[in-house]
Amino acid sequence: MSDRDTDQREQHDRTEAGADLTLTSITKRFGAFTAVDDLDLVVEQGRFFALLGPSGCGKTTTLRMVAGLEEPTSGRIEIAGRDISRLKPYKRPVNTVFQSYALFPHLDISENVAFGLRRRGVRDVKRQVGEMLELVELGGYGKRRPAQLSGGQQQRVALARALINRPQVLLLDEPLGALDLKLRRQMQIELKRIQTEVGITFVHVTHDQEEAMTMADTIAVMNQGVIEQMGAPHELYDSPATTFVSNFLGQSNLVRAEVVARDGERVVVDAFGSKLVAPTGRARRTEGKVWVGVRPEKVFLARAGSETGDDSNVLGAGTVSDVSFIGVSTQYLVAMPWGQELTVFEQNSGARDGFRVGDQVDLHWSAAHTFLLDADQDAHAGDESYAAMAGASAS
Amino acid sequence: MSIAQAGVTTEGLTGPEPAPPVRRRSKAGYLLLLPGMLWLVVFFLVPTIQLMATSLYDPNGSLETGYTMTGSISNYWTALSTFQAPFLRSLLYAGIATLLALLLAYPLAYAIAFKAGRWKNAMLVLVIAPFFTSFLVRTLAWKSILSDNGFIVSTLKDLHVLPPDGRLLATSVAVITGLTYNFVPFMVLPLYASLEKIDLRLVEASKDLYADGFTSFRKVTLPLSMPGLVAGTLLTFIPAAGDYINAELLGTPQQYMIGNVIDNLFLVQLDYPIAASCSVILMLAIVAMVLVYVRRAGTEELL
Repeated sequence: MSDRDTDQREQHDRTEAGADLTLTSITKRFGAFTAVDDLDLVVEQGRFFALLGPSGCGKTTTLRMVAGLEEPTSGRIEIAGRDISRLKPYKRPVNTVFQSYALFPHLDISENVAFGLRRRGVRDVKRQVGEMLELVELGGYGKRRPAQLSGGQQQRVALARALINRPQVLLLDEPLGALDLKLRRQMQIELKRIQTEVGITFVHVTHDQEEAMTMADTIAVMNQGVIEQMGAPHELYDSPATTFVSNFLGQSNLVRAEVVARDGERVVVDAFGSKLVAPTGRARRTEGKVWVGVRPEKVFLARAGSETGDDSNVLGAGTVSDVSFIGVSTQYLVAMPWGQELTVFEQNSGARDGFRVGDQVDLHWSAAHTFLLDADQDAHAGDESYAAMAGASAS
Repeated sequence: MSIAQAGVTTEGLTGPEPAPPVRRRSKAGYLLLLPGMLWLVVFFLVPTIQLMATSLYDPNGSLETGYTMTGSISNYWTALSTFQAPFLRSLLYAGIATLLALLLAYPLAYAIAFKAGRWKNAMLVLVIAPFFTSFLVRTLAWKSILSDNGFIVSTLKDLHVLPPDGRLLATSVAVITGLTYNFVPFMVLPLYASLEKIDLRLVEASKDLYADGFTSFRKVTLPLSMPGLVAGTLLTFIPAAGDYINAELLGTPQQYMIGNVIDNLFLVQLDYPIAASCSVILMLAIVAMVLVYVRRAGTEELL
């Protein structure tokens, strides 16, 4: 009993102190399949960290290894410098919000939330449960059963049940996946508020890039068991490191080009006869063949041959091949002379008339918004609509 | 308290059901009920009423002289005072057999549900396999298994568990063993059905919430398997309490249960009123115990 008390006090103290989560060369193989491949990761204490990637990329496996529900094939997991790699799940200072919520159907809401506290023999359970239910705005629901709550409410119970233990790291496994869109948006804001309020490190696994960007202050984009890129949402979006990130996080236009000149600040490339400029800071490759990339909403359309600013990149002689009106914006597909279709989003600000299918247009955008990627990478990596189309035509 | 409610089949236990649609009362429903109702009336309701009536006949009547309905409640007193011992023995033997069957069946059902992998179906078939031979033959087989010069008795003697002149056959041990053996499958199947449905993610969740293996079993797996446990214990206890084959074949009159007494009263002594009284007492005792048990087990909402 006294041992347990000391344990708790220690755990509590550790929560207050720095408690970075560190993964060192974590590998997980299931038979011949490598789910997570030599992964290194540091999550600073107090962060809202998102592990983003398509299904099967190893993000959930990574989370389960931190929770102790899977054992890594090799590597180390540490929290606040303490190696927890081989600890049983019930001995780790982490708690999980499961995708399916996994609420205990035979216990009422209060007892579900109290489960962890009771296992650790904590006193004062009732008050803590009450406070926690208030935090997730479910005060007064304590006597109900999980089956009597809506999906969003169950989700909050799952969150409360994990949070009440004040873990050093809270793991969230696609917790919003089962909710409808509107409720999901609401819960994203709610989760962010709760995280700010309690200050616990959140590691959030999701395949929804919008969800990751809305909530997380750091995102790691995972693909095929490795982290492709890690950073703040706007860094990843503005300056993707790989074609996968450029396509998975938002959309990108990638055009084949070759570097022709460079100085300290800028790299000049030649793309099908047009000279395009990119800042060196956004060039992942500064020689030979590259992909020159730009986000569709950064591109403006102009009538063919019209004047553009000096520092603009221009790709000319396009033909509008498709126009989709989406309300706030209009999405154009522009067929280029070399057979590629580029995407352009234009705000429907009403300042000028739109274009019609068949119009001859030039594409121009600010050099500052241009990024360069390694041409050895697949231009369609991480492009889910392309993968879906390829899959459909294959079958 | 009905066995069907307690969830012998998996279908009966599917999770939170959507609200039932508002049903129109149609004649087809009653028509479909008709065969079952007829069956119950002819083979359950009428015999039960007949049995209760018989239990109140004048005990001095006989087959030759005929019986008169005298409302002799004293028959019950006679039955209880005369056959108190077999009554208590029945409940005791059935209780012990149920407990032993539970101890054997729970690990087995657990293993089939969670650890058997692709052997799951094969193992379930093995559990049911004994039913392909007759109950009598299987019980007779135990007679030779437990016989005085059999392997088990001689081994137990060698190990000094049994004294040199000790025996198993014709003891209460043999009767309880037979009962346990015969009813284990009735315990395994509902337990399996209950365990198999448990979402293993709940077990993971409990481990994530600081429950070690044993605590996780006690707080999650066991409560969630209660419907199967209740169904299994009822399916074992009720028929075991009324059983007379095991005591007949593996025991002596010293081990006779109330089933043997009723059998004897009806078929040998032809004392119908007292035999009927014993039957009614057994029935009411079981109904009362089951009601209390199901209440105490608190599984109504899981059923």
